[in-house]
Amino acid sequence: MKILWFAWLRTRVGTAAETVEPPAGIKDVAGLLDWLATRSSGHAEALAKREVVRVAVNQAYVKGDHPVKAGDEIAIFPPVTGG
Amino acid sequence: MAIRVQREDFDVGAELAALTEGRTDIGALTSFVGLVREMGGPGAGAMTLEHYPGMTEKELAAVEREANARWELSATLIVHRYGRLEPGDRIVLCAAASPHRQAAFEACNFLIDWLKTKAPFWKLEETPQSERWVEAKADDDRAAEKWKRS
Repeated sequence: MKILWFAWLRTRVGTAAETVEPPAGIKDVAGLLDWLATRSSGHAEALAKREVVRVAVNQAYVKGDHPVKAGDEIAIFPPVTGG
Repeated sequence: MAIRVQREDFDVGAELAALTEGRTDIGALTSFVGLVREMGGPGAGAMTLEHYPGMTEKELAAVEREANARWELSATLIVHRYGRLEPGDRIVLCAAASPHRQAAFEACNFLIDWLKTKAPFWKLEETPQSERWVEAKADDDRAAEKWKRS
């Protein structure tokens, strides 16, 4: 599973992309975020305010109950500020 | 329908001319150009736009499709830049062409409102001391909200 971090979440985590293998019990986005937050203090900090965290699975916005599986590209980022 | 994500600047006149080139069914063409505004005095205000290649194009295309589903449009265009931009630089161009002006006005307004809350871009603003990530504005959410359908 590929995790992509953007904007200030990327700077907190310290990497733009990482490949992870979450435990088998991780079935959805919310569970994945909880597990990712345990990986380092930077991850924990990035994911501390969950209400400002947006998630896309395979380049489409999803909610916390969206399933995740091996091979997914999961992007995690703050609210967008383009335009 | 066309969307482009690019580092380079764009020529508004040339883009609009190309959009209506050879067409005789268009009665109205509207455009919106977003520029980098100087914030916090001289020396401040340059910014770097980060985006999510792949998803950015998908989201912009979805915004454009939605506009074409809601209004009678003859042509639409979104050009969005990324990378480092200075105050006064163009960031984004939205254009909508239609047989009639009301559809063109509304669709163009929709394109920019919708993309601001959907397309995965993030602005990193330079300040004299350091740099900071621009926070999403509630105003932008409200602007997009008004186009929501119940």
